[in-house]
Amino acid sequence: MSEEVRLMKGNEAIAHAAIRCGCDGYFGYPITPQSEVMETLMEVEPWKETGMVVLQAESEVSSINMVYGGAATGKKVMTSSSSPGVSLMQEGISYLAGAELPALIVNVMRGGPGLGTIQPSQSDYFQTTKGGGHGDYRLIALAPASVQEMADFVGLAFDLAFKYRNPAIILADGVIGQMMEKVVLPDYKPRRTDEEVEKQCPWAATGRKMSRKNNIITSLELKPEVMEQNNLRFQAKYKTIEENEVRYEEILCDDAEYLLVAFGCSARICQKACEMARAEGIKLGLLRPITLWPFPTKVIAQYANKVKAMLSVELNAGQMVEDVRLAVNGKVPVEHYGRLGGIVFTPDEIVNAVKTKLM
Amino acid sequence: MALEDIIKPENLVYKKPDIMNDNPMHYCPGCSHGVVHKLIAEVIEEMGLVEDTIGVTPVGCAVFAYNYIDIDWEEAAHGRAPALATAIKRLRPNKLVFTYQGDGDLAAIGTAETIHACNRGESIAIIFINNGIYGMTGGQMAPTTIEGMKTATCPYGRDVKLNGYPLKITNQLKDLEGTRYVTRQSVQTAAAVRKTKKAIRKAFENCMDGKGGANVVEVVSTCSSGWKLTPEKANKWMEENMFPQYPLGDLIDKDANQ
Repeated sequence: MSEEVRLMKGNEAIAHAAIRCGCDGYFGYPITPQSEVMETLMEVEPWKETGMVVLQAESEVSSINMVYGGAATGKKVMTSSSSPGVSLMQEGISYLAGAELPALIVNVMRGGPGLGTIQPSQSDYFQTTKGGGHGDYRLIALAPASVQEMADFVGLAFDLAFKYRNPAIILADGVIGQMMEKVVLPDYKPRRTDEEVEKQCPWAATGRKMSRKNNIITSLELKPEVMEQNNLRFQAKYKTIEENEVRYEEILCDDAEYLLVAFGCSARICQKACEMARAEGIKLGLLRPITLWPFPTKVIAQYANKVKAMLSVELNAGQMVEDVRLAVNGKVPVEHYGRLGGIVFTPDEIVNAVKTKLM
Repeated sequence: MALEDIIKPENLVYKKPDIMNDNPMHYCPGCSHGVVHKLIAEVIEEMGLVEDTIGVTPVGCAVFAYNYIDIDWEEAAHGRAPALATAIKRLRPNKLVFTYQGDGDLAAIGTAETIHACNRGESIAIIFINNGIYGMTGGQMAPTTIEGMKTATCPYGRDVKLNGYPLKITNQLKDLEGTRYVTRQSVQTAAAVRKTKKAIRKAFENCMDGKGGANVVEVVSTCSSGWKLTPEKANKWMEENMFPQYPLGDLIDKDANQ
């Protein structure tokens, strides 16, 4: 790591990290609160240095399909958007999953439904982790809680996407996208050469070498017996990901009697709430899922044997709480605390919610 | 003369392109797709681009084009082929990148992708099969269905008061600054087939010379099953009814105008 500490927005960190991790192409469409991703790329002009392609598409529908096109050739490609734009992308995301293509989608969430608000929210948890598009598929979902993680997760998401030939998503929120924080950017990694891409991705549509069969990137299969086998293969892959890629952080959990579960900016606020509660003698801990899928089900199930109650703290009407309850399976009470429509809770509110809902 | 004496290399006057495989086509008798597929395969081989071509198939009857021509392919979501092709070409600028799309795919659900890819001047070729009907889904009205033409969703004939007018989208594409070559052809006669092949060759050559600009080859085509006509009658119906609406010839050729 080059230890140069910089101050920048989360969205800007995404852009710089993309260039530095050898991304081949970014395709996007402006939408608040994430437009700085493309703005930064257009200002830096990485095509002059690394050859990375950056293109403003005519819509989110088009940008995700450009990602689908680029990913088919084995290239490291990405897009970013915010909630309404990501809704438009769901068809393309389903195609990416169905054709087993690696790609990165960044969603800097804002409040909904509909056009909603441009203020931060976490109400796309369901969309991200339970499907969003059609069919039985999963996205590898990383939830950054700092500008540093915005930078770090770009490379990680690409690595996971290529490892499993599956689209990955960084599910951030308007707070993490817009706030400025110090960050150490990853070291420059050169883009892979075409030869390296072909070696890493022998399945890619790169122009048929006569030494191999032609490669066809498709999610279509009309024979139900074959399509069932395809789906079973996907499910086996998802199971492997669930076994190997769960990531989470435990904060003040060792002696906790009550547990908060929160991701993204909510986890930051919950961390402060834990400190305030402890000053009052309440042993409060925080479990922060870093991967929303695969979800840290096992570790939450273990905490159900240790703590008295859990509170799922989310900027939504109660989405992740369903997964927490599934993990806890009725052993201890699991409550939800949330604010909606772009309002962000304070640490005081969370401490108060712990007292009124759990104690 | 015995059969073995006739089947000799020196007597060979025609053979199908090597990259056309022997998979039985799912296209109906009289359909134009098979001929256009063959022309594409011929041009790719003749240009020596088998190892350097990436095709994009649509949603529609031609979704399975990848089953018949042994090149690398990607199958797009309905209407999105030009977006895929945009990224593929930009990320792999030395490759021949083309889309193969029907009228519903290109001129209805994919209108935005078509216009913007052309307007950006992407160095791609778009092969546009216009038969005025949705073939794969069973013969519904297309954006290019001509006035009075009967389909499953306009069973009494296209009423422009109800359904709007046939969209002559290539007429608009030719006016975009990003397009380089826009032509309208057909494949119902040997002469027409030769012209279409020349048009495809020109479009593909344009994609590879580094000068940029989008290339569109519209092929006014038949759909015997959708039109409920025999192949022969379908050709005649196309000549009498489609051609007045979709007249053949180059709409723009910016290289010729220079």
